[in-house]
Amino acid sequence: MRHTLAVLVDNKPGVLSRVSGLFSRRGFNIESLAVGMTEDPEISRMTIVVRGDDRVLAQVTSQLGKLIDVISVCDIPSSESVDRELVLIKVSADATTRSEIMQIVDIFRAKIIDVGTETLIIEVTGDRGKVGAIERMLKRFGIRELVRTGMVAMNRNTKTVNGGDA
Amino acid sequence: MTDTWVPDHILYLVKGRVFQLKRRKRTVTDATISGAKALIECLRDERVDTIFGYPGGALLPLYDELYDADIRHILVRHEQGAAHAADGYARATGKVGVCLATSGPGATNLVTGIANAYMDSIPVVAITGQVPTPLIGNDAFQEADITGITLPITKHNYLIKDVNDLPRIVKEAFFIASTGRPGPVLIDLPKDITTDELEFKYPETVHLRGYHPDINIDKDAVRRAASMMMQAERPIIYAGGGVIISNTSSELLKLAETINAPVTTTLLGIGAFPQSHPLSLGMLGMHGTRYANYAVQESDLLIAIGARFDDRVTGKIDAFAAQAKVIHIDIDPAEIGKNVRVDLPVIGDAREVLRLLLSYLREKQSKSGAWLEKIDAWKKEYPLQYQQSDTVIKPQYVIQEIHRACPDAIIVTEVGQNQMWAAQYFQYEQPRTFITSGGLGTMGYGFPAAMGAKVGCPDRTVIDIAGDGSFQMTSQELATVVKNDICVVVAILNNGYLGMVRQWQELFFDRRYSHTELTQSVDFVKLAEAYGAIGIRAEKPSEVPSAISEALAADRAVIIDFVVDPTENVFPMVPAGAAINEILEPEVTA
Ligand SMILES: Cc1ncc(C[n+]2csc(CCOP(=O)(O)OP(=O)(O)O)c2C)c(N)n1
Ligand SMILES: [Mg+2]
Repeated sequence: MRHTLAVLVDNKPGVLSRVSGLFSRRGFNIESLAVGMTEDPEISRMTIVVRGDDRVLAQVTSQLGKLIDVISVCDIPSSESVDRELVLIKVSADATTRSEIMQIVDIFRAKIIDVGTETLIIEVTGDRGKVGAIERMLKRFGIRELVRTGMVAMNRNTKTVNGGDA
Repeated sequence: MTDTWVPDHILYLVKGRVFQLKRRKRTVTDATISGAKALIECLRDERVDTIFGYPGGALLPLYDELYDADIRHILVRHEQGAAHAADGYARATGKVGVCLATSGPGATNLVTGIANAYMDSIPVVAITGQVPTPLIGNDAFQEADITGITLPITKHNYLIKDVNDLPRIVKEAFFIASTGRPGPVLIDLPKDITTDELEFKYPETVHLRGYHPDINIDKDAVRRAASMMMQAERPIIYAGGGVIISNTSSELLKLAETINAPVTTTLLGIGAFPQSHPLSLGMLGMHGTRYANYAVQESDLLIAIGARFDDRVTGKIDAFAAQAKVIHIDIDPAEIGKNVRVDLPVIGDAREVLRLLLSYLREKQSKSGAWLEKIDAWKKEYPLQYQQSDTVIKPQYVIQEIHRACPDAIIVTEVGQNQMWAAQYFQYEQPRTFITSGGLGTMGYGFPAAMGAKVGCPDRTVIDIAGDGSFQMTSQELATVVKNDICVVVAILNNGYLGMVRQWQELFFDRRYSHTELTQSVDFVKLAEAYGAIGIRAEKPSEVPSAISEALAADRAVIIDFVVDPTENVFPMVPAGAAINEILEPEVTA
């Protein structure tokens, strides 16, 4: 099973290696990890997608919680949250395929952000399903390069991971 | 005499930038002190009376301050000794142990000792010198990324980059090391930080957003635990090192007597419950007593307190206490359900939980009567036993004689058979009287740890039960104990083998004794004498008592070389991976 964790950490050097070191040491599998500053510049937020059963999730959560630089760990259930990932895809495109690719981009409400003689760069933002679908659609044109930011997620409504639940 | 030119400043060129390293302290104004001096002030504020350390280039300014500071500094002969001594000091006293090493090799020499303290949750603050901040990351002379290296073996670690952070970081380090589930904290101290000046003020409080060791105990869970205990017919308490760390022994005694439950302890829990008590079952697990293991396997309620279900305790995990409901009392939520399913977790400091628990419990007499009778029958049927001899010294006999001569000693051990016999054949009545490397199983731990214990408890008799292999890993600390008048006794159970490994080879590898023989490698009596300690040898059983009394009467550190039966094995034994009631034991003929 896949779980999405929002981890608030002190925005200090070395925190990322503490977190990633813990995952590798204890044999937890990270599917993706995205990190950046929050509304409070002293706090960073990591969104970590892990695979594992409930026991693994409980271990990950409590082991993370023991790191001194980790302020809070919050499991974000997919049913009550939105999640997004940004992906850049460089796809082969020539005169014969370009318009077909542009149609696909339109359908997925993605964007073409660079046009070259032989390639296009496409920017897609979406949840896992959407990103996976466009990737599959573009495959036959030849994906030359693909980069993703990793999933970020947020609870719906007023609920926040820093304790606010008004 | 030729006059050598000494520059005022050492210039460093790093990444195209020029850095100056002051050779001397900056002009000191009234308001400011150096980082080195500030560190000493911090240690005094933390009531540190002793540091175990070893100097080097990166620490010169700090050692200059230590020269006339009123903190006792004990110069070890290897930094591993400093780390283990700080650990032994902490285990014997309950206070934070402090060790100090220079950058690079000094720091890496601490690593085993830090890992050892981490595995057994021991409060240690390790301070390491580091190359000056401008040089960090450039593979400078004696640079090692010790915060990176110790990331997985410290509770937390720090690299000080600004001298103004020093007081806060030291305060936090001691706080983190000693609260919650204790553990080692490392502070890496670049050389320029020790000479930089700051306006010193030691903080009174600690503000850590991500660390709150005070836990609100779930009272409902404690109430449920109480009612499970009242209803159980075959309860057993399984007490670990956490009981000792949290000073919960008297509450544990009350709990056991109130619910009439027998108590078994882990290796690290030895001393948490008086072994002369009728409810005591001694140690469980791989080399535990038969009756402890049987009792666990037949119990209907297992009450784990400050223990972590280590594989040396549980054996085959699915078969461990299979009939029992499990209550797990622990301060560390990450331990709950890590290895075994838990029916009722209670998270909190063991002492607070037990006090609350005792307030909910009534005296219970009836229910476990038959259970205790069954256990007593096992005790009678399967006592710990060995075949005594009057020609060759049996190691178990040595331990029994040490106990007879000095029942209230602090016993420290090395690792191997010696450790297990020390655990089995001495009778421990008090917490903090059995000090051993449990989680990491570090050969060479015992002697420096005994040194630390003796420094912390100078009025106690401290005896290191050693193996001939283990002792050779840190025997250089003989120089330290002699020089500093630290009167410890090292009782070497000299079997001429890496005995525990030899035992496994005998039992599981067809007696192919691959590289485990140590015979005739060293004359321990002469070794003692070379360092100015006393060396005594006992070769016959009849010499054992007098060797011990001579050692106890000595006014110097003593090594006793007990030449013991090389073929003796540790029993009972649960083979790795077997259920803990699948026990190997040789036939003992009367
Ligand atoms: C540093 C270290 N290296 C290796 C081991 C593996 N090991 C465990 S027990 C043992 C033998 C110990 O021999 P000795 O100290 O003579 O004790 P004995 O078992 O003979 O009493 C060894 C090599 C260890 N525990 N620690
Ligand atoms: Mg040996």
